[in-house]
Amino acid sequence: MKQLVCISKTPETTAKINFKDGNTAFDESGVQFIMNPYDEWYALVRAIELKESLGGTVTVINVGPASNDVVIRKALAIGADEGIRVDAEPKSALYVAKQIAANAEGFDLVYCGKETIDYNGSEVGAMVAEYLDQPFVSFATKLEVEGNSATVTRDIEGGSEISKIDTPFVLSAAKGMAEQRIPNMRGIMMAKKKPLNVVEPVGFDDKVVVSSFTLPDAKTECKMIDPENMDELVRLLQEEAKVL
Amino acid sequence: MARTDRYEHHDYYGIDELLSDDHKLAREAVQAWVKKEVSPIIEDYSNRSECPHHLFKGLAEIGAFGPSLPVEYGGGGMDEIAYGVIMQELERGDSGVRSMASVQGSLVMYPIYRFGSEEQKRKYLPKLGSGEYIGCFGLTEPDHGSNPNGMITNIKEDGDSYILNGAKMWITNSPVADVAVVWAKDEEGIVRGVIVEKGMPGFSAPEIHGKWSLRASITGELVFEDVRVPKENILPNVAGLKGPLSCLSKARYGIAWGAIGAALDCYDSALRYSKERIQFGKPIGQFQLTQKKLAEMITEITKAQLLAWRLGTLANKGEASPAQISMAKRNNVHMALEIAREARQIHGGMGITNEYPCMRHMMNLETVLTYEGTHDIHLLITGLDVTGLNAFG
Repeated sequence: MKQLVCISKTPETTAKINFKDGNTAFDESGVQFIMNPYDEWYALVRAIELKESLGGTVTVINVGPASNDVVIRKALAIGADEGIRVDAEPKSALYVAKQIAANAEGFDLVYCGKETIDYNGSEVGAMVAEYLDQPFVSFATKLEVEGNSATVTRDIEGGSEISKIDTPFVLSAAKGMAEQRIPNMRGIMMAKKKPLNVVEPVGFDDKVVVSSFTLPDAKTECKMIDPENMDELVRLLQEEAKVL
Repeated sequence: MARTDRYEHHDYYGIDELLSDDHKLAREAVQAWVKKEVSPIIEDYSNRSECPHHLFKGLAEIGAFGPSLPVEYGGGGMDEIAYGVIMQELERGDSGVRSMASVQGSLVMYPIYRFGSEEQKRKYLPKLGSGEYIGCFGLTEPDHGSNPNGMITNIKEDGDSYILNGAKMWITNSPVADVAVVWAKDEEGIVRGVIVEKGMPGFSAPEIHGKWSLRASITGELVFEDVRVPKENILPNVAGLKGPLSCLSKARYGIAWGAIGAALDCYDSALRYSKERIQFGKPIGQFQLTQKKLAEMITEITKAQLLAWRLGTLANKGEASPAQISMAKRNNVHMALEIAREARQIHGGMGITNEYPCMRHMMNLETVLTYEGTHDIHLLITGLDVTGLNAFG
């Protein structure tokens, strides 16, 4: 089985977020980056588990500049067989999906994480499926494959939805599909010998332009009220918070 | 009590730019492993003065044993900076956990790799690298610490064997070790390396109790009473004190990096606490005296990071001298101990509890300051190196 896992590079979860260029671009200075956890912990690890049990290959793909190679190398260290980097700035979800789709022919299964933790788009998987004219299953929490047929479980409000689907198809992976694997030092060294193919982007007239970003309001000061002083608490809730 | 590990790496001078992707991946991987396997349990084990034995297997799986030794002999095939970064992240978790890995890699696998016969390498290294065997290193004796050349442990030839007698003290991992690399004088007074295996008649390794430091690491003695050791267990390619001292250089190099990890953990905890702890209506981090402490801490950490990085680049070229390694070990451990003390103060009364890591690091670092060459001995090594005048003799 040939599997393709789409991986993104995202800011580390504790990174301080700022914008530049008139609030139209993310300021990357001083920010630590990681592989998007949904791509890594769930999509990639499940793909590797299936490769280990059923055979085949796992390819990872990323759209981004050369500085993204480190996340591709990490995926290879965890157990992917080869990497593809589309050498382009990931301008929008649609642009990324177009680039991935251009390299996703011939795979039995294409995975994305359910969302990237930076822009929270949750769009790329569905768009790739549309470009490939394949079915799409979102927010999958369990995946089993037998021959050309897969059983996919999704969490839905109050329960689960289980569906059967023939390959090829695209899915987005959510928590529960697999458990984090930490690469070991041997894996990191072996990753250097695995192929990482850099390909040029396909031409695409991106219609999406970000006008601006805004940050959430800064947290207001926390006031500690002595449990003995309930009158003061009520007064603050009435006069300052205006919730009573 | 299991604590939530909220640690974030600190890189004030952008030293990451000097590291390769491999180094950063190694750091990220070991940091993730420490957060998952070490941080949730270390306070409890340390409190009970118990070694988390199961971590030996985990350390082997992550590749922390001999990462810079060749793959064919059970190592990781990485460079010296990667080895340093791994030790830093392990000691960020606990100096005792780092010691478990340091001893196995630098003091057991390294001498067998460097001085052992091909048969010895094939027999021991893969099992040590995979954690199937635990190793220990016997140099220090009850009456000979800083002066190892005064050792009384000795071997005497007897047919196709040597008879080993003597005792070693303060040996990390000894009570659980399958293999001990022991340094002993032969009948001509020349220091030789001997591989002693668990179960050899006359060999015992009692545990040392009552430590206030490295409480999650097991320490013991090695006692040899007419232990018959086959001649093929002698390390054939080294004679003299340079054998054990070259191992110590390797381990001291790892400690120079490791101590930064302990310092980073203390600083990280203190910085967070200073922003969350409110006194007089504002975070204590807003007070000048707290800022002074934090400013000095990150300055010293940054200097230590640069020292370690430069030492790593020299080591990669095979140009790091024992005296340069000695300076980095001394400086960085002392720096870490001072930071642990300052960080403990920032935490106030909470700093003495095991809800925060500072006091544990501080107690651990008292050992690290002394073992692998005491702080004072390292001062004299630098003194000898810059003056050419020997203060030891």
